[in-house]
Amino acid sequence: MQTLRRKDILGLEEMSAEEITLILETARSMREIMQRKIKKVPTLRGRSILNLFYEPSTRTKASFELAQKYMSADSVSVAGASSSLTKGETLKDTVRNVEVMGVECVIMRHPVSGSAYYLAHNVEASVINAGDGMHEHPTQGLLDMFTIWEKKGRLEKLKVTIVGDIRHSRVARSNIWGLKKMGAEVVVAGPPTLMPPDLEVFGINFCSNVEDAVEDADVVMALRLQKERQESGLFPSLREYAELYGLNTQRLKKAKEDALIMHPGPMNRGIEITSELADGPNSVVLEQVTGGVAVRMALLYLLLGGTKEE
Amino acid sequence: MSNLLIKNGRLIDPLQELDGVTDLLLSGGLIEKIADKINPTVDTEIIEAEGLIITPGLIDMHVHLRDPGEEYKEDIISGALAAAAGGFTALAAMANTDPVCDDPSVVRYVMDRARDAVVKVYPIGAVTRGLNGKELAEMGRMKRAGAVAFSDDGKPVSGGLIMRNALQYASGLDCLIIAHEEDLSIAAGGVMHEGETSSTLGLRGIPSAAEEAMIARDLILLESVGGRIHVAHLSSAGSVELVRQAKEKGLKVTAEVTPHHLLLTDRAVKNSGYSTNTKVNPPLRSELDRQALWEGLFDGTIDAIASDHAPHHPDDKDVEFDFAPFGIAGLETTLSLLLDEAFSGRNKKFNLPLLVEKLSTAPARILNIPGGSLKPGCPADVTIIDPLRGMTVNPEKWYSKSMNTPFAGRRLMGAPVYTIVDGRVVMKEGVAADYSRIN
Repeated sequence: MQTLRRKDILGLEEMSAEEITLILETARSMREIMQRKIKKVPTLRGRSILNLFYEPSTRTKASFELAQKYMSADSVSVAGASSSLTKGETLKDTVRNVEVMGVECVIMRHPVSGSAYYLAHNVEASVINAGDGMHEHPTQGLLDMFTIWEKKGRLEKLKVTIVGDIRHSRVARSNIWGLKKMGAEVVVAGPPTLMPPDLEVFGINFCSNVEDAVEDADVVMALRLQKERQESGLFPSLREYAELYGLNTQRLKKAKEDALIMHPGPMNRGIEITSELADGPNSVVLEQVTGGVAVRMALLYLLLGGTKEE
Repeated sequence: MSNLLIKNGRLIDPLQELDGVTDLLLSGGLIEKIADKINPTVDTEIIEAEGLIITPGLIDMHVHLRDPGEEYKEDIISGALAAAAGGFTALAAMANTDPVCDDPSVVRYVMDRARDAVVKVYPIGAVTRGLNGKELAEMGRMKRAGAVAFSDDGKPVSGGLIMRNALQYASGLDCLIIAHEEDLSIAAGGVMHEGETSSTLGLRGIPSAAEEAMIARDLILLESVGGRIHVAHLSSAGSVELVRQAKEKGLKVTAEVTPHHLLLTDRAVKNSGYSTNTKVNPPLRSELDRQALWEGLFDGTIDAIASDHAPHHPDDKDVEFDFAPFGIAGLETTLSLLLDEAFSGRNKKFNLPLLVEKLSTAPARILNIPGGSLKPGCPADVTIIDPLRGMTVNPEKWYSKSMNTPFAGRRLMGAPVYTIVDGRVVMKEGVAADYSRIN
């Protein structure tokens, strides 16, 4: 398979291992472009893309925009606060209007799960889900896998431990689906109130004790803790969370010595992860960001740019 | 009013324990006679019903008509036409309109408008003023004006004390309270059933416990202060068990289930790609829950089937999942969905007499309204069903102003072919008589 036979990228649950492999391999050649002095190729010249961000985002939005610019696509970006959403226009009407301006691909971040499906069913343009509610964040999942794959040379049979608020995390869901498809073992840890109900459906194990969860892990990923979860009664205090579930050097002793430390950002330093770990030798937090641009270039190329032979 | 003779149909009337081919004569708006062979007189209109099924007029005891206030979604006239098209001769209209039906004047408004409706419309009054959950509505005065039951449906009565007072007060007037059972603090703003599917879809879940905890509370209150409760739209196995135990104790409790909870699970949300037509409250639950609902129906724990017809304008549903209102419109699909289930053989215990019991006999008994039987002297409310008539669910052709159904496109076997109210044919072969336009 040399091209993605799909219109949209909505989630990794529906994506095959072959497709993921194609994207990761393509991302590798895209990263090579990023290392050039002149980071610009004409691949998507004349193609039009809309970045529609109904939720605040720094790195995902910048990452997509740079990917588009490096590939010479024309793009416009609309942020939630300045969009017609605040004037009461429906999402469908907003996008239809933009579509008739000639947009071929819409990158959307939205606070409601499933909104990327809703959009994809209502427009002819390709839709890339840049995070929909608590559902999926497929490009983040792909960039995390890309980072692990680059560092470890494989994904198969690696043990990846994800610590934190799995229940509300689209990043966790995409990582779980993607990593499982690629043959990795996934263990999640954190307070039970932050775990999704019936989590067996993901084919993963839960361990309430972080020290046990990270035992022999090849990768340990911390998730961002939303402070408002405390207000909704899901855990008692940030202090207790940091003490019981926060990642620190001591807590990671049972992990493999060369275990990668990951975080999708932005980090609450001192809560879900200590600076010592986040900035330490095993941390690949910044590599994740670089990989993000490469993965997004790969996706745009595969969706809009045609086949590898071109 | 001429006589109407329905000949050679299979007549099913659970109340009289009748199930056999016979003739049925309607005269003067009442059931006149059931006999093997009835000879027509000169002024008798005849419906040849060989191969068809004759049942007491079906009663939908849980319908939202949106009138007054949101007539663009549905009004009393369009809702009644939809009911007739779906084989119902009567319906009970919930109180969560705008203004809320919490006052005799709104009860009378509904009854006045219902005079132009093709089926009988019974108003349900609110339990609390403005559904505010704080002060009791004037149940006694509303009952005198014509309200047949009381419910804040759409919302639970969250406060335990006000529910206790409502039950105790209503017991003195022999008023039925229909309870929407949902602990909102446990439901926590969820949008679908909490379980495997909500986990993978990333949608906020409503645990079964939100319903069960409230049912448990209300049954305890019922036991302590008396009264009558009808539990609306049961959705979980635990709820069925709670009602079962309460019935065993002899409490005055009845319960209903909707066709969509009997036929669908939360997988429908996923399989439909987040279609907001699968967003309903209480939510579609797990397969285990679904099976338990059928068991409850078979063993008598669940007395009735009601559509919980909750019409919404297409624009209201054509939004992101979280933003869509809850509700499935069911007046025009309920009977055919159940007939299809009965005829398909998928559910061996589900047969036509049971269907008639749950859709006609029981609702009439619970609401204490006329109908529910073909006994001579009863109102001539009759539904005639063609078991061999196929139908495809096509909301674009509905009489209802809404289109929100997860069953669109589904091919079903069995459909109502005549709806007869007080001896007058108000629907024939899918075409309803619109009196509001004639008058």
